[in-house]
Amino acid sequence: MVLVLEARGLRVEVGPSHSRRDVVRDVSVLLYSGEITALVGETGSGKTMTALSLLRLLPPGATGKSSTLRLGDVDLAALPEAEIGRIRGSRISMIFQDPLAALNPVRSVGFQISEPLRAHRRMNGRDATKRAAELLAQVGIPDPVYNVKRYPHELSGGMRQRVLIAAALACDPDILIADEPTTALDVTVQAQILRLVRAETERRGLAVLLVTHDLAVASTIADRIQVMYGGTIVERGKTRDVLGGPNHPYTRGLLDSVPTVRKKLTPLRAIPGSPEGVAAIQRGCRFAPRCAHAIERCAAVEPPLVEVAPGHESRCWVFAPPKDVASAPESS
Amino acid sequence: MERVSTVLAIRGLTVEYPVRAGILNSRRHRAVNAVDLSIQAGQTVALVGESGSGKTSVARAIVGLAPLSAGSIEVNGQALDRHGNARLRQVRRTVQMVFQQPGGSLDPRMSVSQTIAEPLQYLTKMPANAMRTRVSELLELVGLGEQHRGRRPRELSGGQRQRVAIARAIAISPSLVICDEPTSSLDVSVQAQIINLLSRLQQELHLAYLFISHDLGVVRQIAEVTAVMHLGEIVETGPTDRVLDSPRHEYTRSLLAAVPAVDRDAATSDPAVDRDGASGDDPSLA
Repeated sequence: MVLVLEARGLRVEVGPSHSRRDVVRDVSVLLYSGEITALVGETGSGKTMTALSLLRLLPPGATGKSSTLRLGDVDLAALPEAEIGRIRGSRISMIFQDPLAALNPVRSVGFQISEPLRAHRRMNGRDATKRAAELLAQVGIPDPVYNVKRYPHELSGGMRQRVLIAAALACDPDILIADEPTTALDVTVQAQILRLVRAETERRGLAVLLVTHDLAVASTIADRIQVMYGGTIVERGKTRDVLGGPNHPYTRGLLDSVPTVRKKLTPLRAIPGSPEGVAAIQRGCRFAPRCAHAIERCAAVEPPLVEVAPGHESRCWVFAPPKDVASAPESS
Repeated sequence: MERVSTVLAIRGLTVEYPVRAGILNSRRHRAVNAVDLSIQAGQTVALVGESGSGKTSVARAIVGLAPLSAGSIEVNGQALDRHGNARLRQVRRTVQMVFQQPGGSLDPRMSVSQTIAEPLQYLTKMPANAMRTRVSELLELVGLGEQHRGRRPRELSGGQRQRVAIARAIAISPSLVICDEPTSSLDVSVQAQIINLLSRLQQELHLAYLFISHDLGVVRQIAEVTAVMHLGEIVETGPTDRVLDSPRHEYTRSLLAAVPAVDRDAATSDPAVDRDGASGDDPSLA
C-alpha cells in the first residue's frame, strides 16, 4: 500500500468575479496503490469537481487551488499545461458515466483504445492496434481481433464501458478516476464492470478514485469511503467503519433512506429537503437545514473534520465534537 | 353502481414495431410477447426488468402510445380500442402517467398551477374557482405549498418537479397511475420522499399503480405484486416478497444476485462482485 496521489486543501471556486463562491473546500484525497477510494455524494456535493481538479480539468469559469497536489514525487500543481497533458491518459486516466458520449462515433474501437499509446508512447499504428486487441481481451471482450474493428454504435452499453476501461488502462496508469462508471448500465452489467474494476485494481496495483452517488456500489468494491455534502467531506474512513458505524447525520440519513432489496422498511426514513440549492448556503454546516440534530452553532460555524475512531473522521458539532472546542478554527 | 375491482386486465398483449429494412422486406421487432397482467383497485404491481425488456412498451401500449399487435386491454372492465388514438382518448380519464424525467415531462413555460390545472381544464367541466381550490388541494396532497403556484419547472428542484408531475397525474382522480421509473433521476435522499409520497397517496386516494422500475429495492418498498420481464416476456410473477425471497426463474435469480447492497455490518465485499453466478448476459455478446 503505497501513497500514489496526495491532494490536500482542495478548493474549487465558480461564478462571476464579484461573487465567487466555493463548490469544493477543504477536501483532501489520498489514493493508495491497489485500493479503491469512493467519493460518495449527491447533486451539488462537489464530488465530480473534486475529481476533475485532481487532473486540472476543471470547466471554464471554475478555478482550483490546493495546498498539496502530488503524484508520487511530481508536483502536479506546479506543472505547466503541456506537461500535465502528458500525465493525463498515461499516468492518470479517467472514465465517465456515459460511454457513448465519451467515444468518437466515426472511429473504430481499436483506434480509440490505441490513441493514448500512439500519443504517449509513440507506438506505430500496427503495434498499437495489436496492443488494443490484447487490452480488449483483458477487459473481457470476446474475439478481440474482430471487435477492435467495430464501431461504438455496434456495441452494448456494457461493452462500450469495457472499451473505455481498456483505453484508460492502455498506458498502464498509476491512477484511474472513474466518474459514475456504472450509472448508465443495467444491474447485471454493472456487477460485471465493478468486478472488472476490482480485478484490475488488484492485478495492476492501480489506485482508483470511484465517484458515485450510490452507497451500495461503493460498499461493494471500495476499500475507503469519503462522503461529500455541499462541497466538503462530512465523513470518511474504511468502508466497513463508515457503513458499519456511520457517525455523521447525513451518512446515517443516506443509509436509512436507501431502499434495500432484502427487506421492506416502513416507512422509508427520508431526509427532508433537497440537496439541490445547497450552493446557496455559504456558512456553517451545509447539512444543518436538513438535519434533525442541528444546534444553533451548526448554522453559524462549519465544524472541523474530527477523528472519531482510528482512521475514521466526521464533521459534526453534535456527534463529532472537537476535543478542544475553544480552539476550533473559524469557518472562512 | 357496479363495483369494479379489477382496474387493469391485460391478456396476450403483443407489441411489435416496424423495422425499416427496405420496401419489400418489412420486418417487425417484437418488443412485448403475449403478456398477461392484471391490477386490482388500490394495488401496486411492479414491472421490473433491464433496458430492452419491454416494460416501458407495456405501459405505452396501455395508453395508446405503442401499437397493439395482438391481445386485449381492459380498463375498469371496458375493452380498449385497438387503434392507438382512440385508446388514448378512452383511457385519459382513468389512466395517467408519471415519467422518469420530470424536467422533460413538464412544459417549461407553464407555471405549476397551470400544469396541474391542465387536465382539469380539458377533461372536466369544472368552473374556474373550483379549479383553483382543487389545485390548492392537490399542492397540499403532494407536499407543496401555495408559494409554488406561480413557479416554472426551472425554479424547482428535481424532487419538487416530480411532485408537480404527480399532482397533475392525480388531478382528475384516475383509477390507475402508471409510474415509469419515477425516482430514477432523483437523488437518493429525495427518492425516499417520493416513494413515501406515492405510498401515502395510494392509501388516501385508493389508487392503483403500475410501477415500472429496474430498482429491486424500490420495488420491495412499494409493490405488492412483482412481474419480472425479460426479452419481452413475463418470466415470473407473484407476491413481491415471494419473488424476491425465493425466485423461481433463473433470470430473476441472476438479477437479484447482481443488485449491490450496502453491507452495514460485514467487512467482506458484496456477493454481487464475488459470486460467479452473478454474471448476467450482455445482450450483444450473444
